[in-house]
Amino acid sequence: MKLADLPHSAGEWLRGSGPMHDVVISSRIRLARNLAGMPFLSQCSAEQQNELEGRLRREILAAKVADEVLYVDIAGANELDRRLLVERHLISRQHAGASHPRGVAISSDETGAIMVNEEDHLRIQVLRSGLDLRDAVDDIHRTDDMLEQRLDYAFHQRYGYLTACPTNVGTGLRVSVMLHLPALKMTGEIDKAFRAANDMHLAIRGLFGEGTEASGDFFQVSNQTTLGKTEEQIVEEFLGEMVPHFIEYERRARASVMKRRGIAIDDKAQRSLALLRNTRLISSDETMYLLSLVRLGVNLDRIDDVDLQTINELFLLTQPAHLQRILERELSPEARAEARATYIRRRLGTD
Amino acid sequence: MKQDCDKCGKPATVHLTEITDGQKVEKHLCEDCAAAEGITVKANLPISQLLEDFILQTSGHQETSDLECDVCGMTFSEFRRRGVLGCPNDYDAFEPVLLPMLQRSQEGACEHIGKVPRRAGSTQKKHNAILRLRAQLKAAVASEHYEKAAELRDRIQELEAS
Repeated sequence: MKLADLPHSAGEWLRGSGPMHDVVISSRIRLARNLAGMPFLSQCSAEQQNELEGRLRREILAAKVADEVLYVDIAGANELDRRLLVERHLISRQHAGASHPRGVAISSDETGAIMVNEEDHLRIQVLRSGLDLRDAVDDIHRTDDMLEQRLDYAFHQRYGYLTACPTNVGTGLRVSVMLHLPALKMTGEIDKAFRAANDMHLAIRGLFGEGTEASGDFFQVSNQTTLGKTEEQIVEEFLGEMVPHFIEYERRARASVMKRRGIAIDDKAQRSLALLRNTRLISSDETMYLLSLVRLGVNLDRIDDVDLQTINELFLLTQPAHLQRILERELSPEARAEARATYIRRRLGTD
Repeated sequence: MKQDCDKCGKPATVHLTEITDGQKVEKHLCEDCAAAEGITVKANLPISQLLEDFILQTSGHQETSDLECDVCGMTFSEFRRRGVLGCPNDYDAFEPVLLPMLQRSQEGACEHIGKVPRRAGSTQKKHNAILRLRAQLKAAVASEHYEKAAELRDRIQELEAS
């Protein structure tokens, strides 16, 4: 497994299948862990940061957390590769932009990743396609247990797993689902969904897109409470109450727009696809906007000659770092617009 | 049907029906006007904002800004500036300030009842098992499953005695 192999296809978690895939793109779980007897990263000396990075790298690789693991030294990686890993949701923006010794271990199918020396010593992550949190939580516990056999975690009788930021303390568990909510955006009811999220102690934010984060139709919903509940409780609340609400809202909004102006939705979806198939220059934001409408058209059976996996892959592979890696050269934003258009036409079968 | 806000004419997203003295009154407000009236809070308060608000609220207290961890040397005002703690011991060192903050951001909870690392020893595991059984017992009583409740009570007593 090599870093250079990644940019040509999307990770397993973007394959466009899995439970509730018409609304839920993917599920993600992460655990924050720190070593006992070590300061948190902000108070570590450069020497201690080095020592931590080396030790955690060795232990992760020795623990064989997956059949095949690729460890990337982020401090030594070039900027394009770091951005590529951010686009693939394998590292955070902060992790890419920092300057201290740090890394990431990635399983070959990219469903598992462990960031070393992020805000916490370890950030273990599991990704799944669709709404698949139970499998994800089993998987992350397995990885956590394997590492725990080799490492002493900072743990407090009362507060549980100790984290650098107190908003993660306790379970250290953050569950996030990525939702596609185009119909709620159209009907203007997205505000209601935002308020419902707030009432349920959830954080919601926009996703994908280079500039203004909440400009697209994609939203990430995650828990804010990490203390006073078991890991299973947090996951079950998501599966039992929270996510079904959003899915139900969105499906109802889709049915309602189809009933009221089905022909207009059909028109929007078909025009979007026609634009993508004929574009010669296109920005990343416009691509997201059009792909979202095409995705809606596929899910409402208005479009039948493009599959969800292709659309999901295009969301990812048309982003700046991916385009440049696929074409194997650095491109200015203007050159990227042309390269992006060419790539999209090829993937949608017009070239 | 789309409604405009009664106050400012922007699209209304909050719809209320109030019955006062048998009279039905409908209200349609936009998010800003609803927040101004105290009906809703602005949605989507990010975690960092929550932390910042809380720290701002408590930062006036003399005794809190003087707190210092004798293990890593971090002071409370440094935590306030950086938003992250310095070492595991800070949780004890800053407890007077952290505890209310945790309760505020964690739905009132301040005790971990989830997973315990095997190396943390059996005491903590037992403690958490009991906490969990107690939560189940509470639910069983609330839903009038008395047989299950009695069984849970026995298990708690057994565990406590062991």
